[in-house]
Amino acid sequence: MDRQVLQTLNAERRARRAAVVVTDMSDGSVRLIRQRDATEGELGEAVTKALRTGRSGLVEIGARSLFLNVHLPNPRLVVIGAVHISQALAPMAKIAGYPVEIIDPRSAFATPERFPEIVLHAEWPEDILARQPLDAYTALAAVTHDPKVDDMPLKAALDAGCFYVGALGSRKTHAKRVERLLAMGATAEQIESIHSPIGIDIAAASPAEIAVAVLAEVVRAFRSRGLEAKGAAA
Amino acid sequence: MEASAYIDEARDPLIIAEGWVKDGREVALATVVETWGSAPRPVGSHLVIDGEGNFQGSVSGGCVEGAVVTEAIDVIGTGKAKMLEFGVADETAWRVGLSCGGRIRVYVERLG
Repeated sequence: MDRQVLQTLNAERRARRAAVVVTDMSDGSVRLIRQRDATEGELGEAVTKALRTGRSGLVEIGARSLFLNVHLPNPRLVVIGAVHISQALAPMAKIAGYPVEIIDPRSAFATPERFPEIVLHAEWPEDILARQPLDAYTALAAVTHDPKVDDMPLKAALDAGCFYVGALGSRKTHAKRVERLLAMGATAEQIESIHSPIGIDIAAASPAEIAVAVLAEVVRAFRSRGLEAKGAAA
Repeated sequence: MEASAYIDEARDPLIIAEGWVKDGREVALATVVETWGSAPRPVGSHLVIDGEGNFQGSVSGGCVEGAVVTEAIDVIGTGKAKMLEFGVADETAWRVGLSCGGRIRVYVERLG
């Protein structure tokens, strides 16, 4: 690998964009393929698969043995709402390898005392998300119960292709939310992808237990990413 | 907040390697390209080594890094990439091995 490839690769990684380093094992030549680069033929197929699954490995193409090293951005979790559930979810998710950022414009909720050592934005979601857009390697959980705060980031998460979009609320609350999101231009397919009621069913009762259920759902969504597409193709 | 805050820059082997190259140090990059059985680090993991044997990252749980560093210094000298293979500790090809019983192949190249 030459220094130019290394610099470009690190620039992509810092910008949270996926890339694949392709090394030809016969002559050691290296090529960097960024997610936005179109690649044709068998190599293109292998690169697409690698980006979807996140798995690096050797592939045989023609007479050549190529090593594909996939660099995907680290997953992260954006939580809308500095509420009781978030106080438990933030440290748990951080330990599990999903760094958390919390957004809540209500400054009485979003205080460093309630969220020690957690990245906290006491701002409206539209302001912070304009500066720090969501992406496919981000999970978003909306837990304020307040449409004024939750709706915009939910729509933004669906449009950004976040690997997980969850929204707290009863089925009745969610039905009303669906109507609002449809009015905002969300598609039926996008609505279908929202996890609500939020969290896997472990009969969670306390805020901390709900946090466990949400974190488990986020992990499952991240680790099974792309598997549906694979099943559909088979 | 900068997007780069999502990478642990102080421990990230590729970020460290870029810094070393900028500083004019000679650097080799070792990459796990294949694993069989229980292997401590997944395919794609990196260890970076400079000409004086300083290293960052890992290709195993610390079992074979010493041998990889020695080979990497050789690769820096010759500029010729190498494929290394490590198996269980009693295999004769290498003095060191993996106590977990797995096998790994590690590709070592010069960064230039």
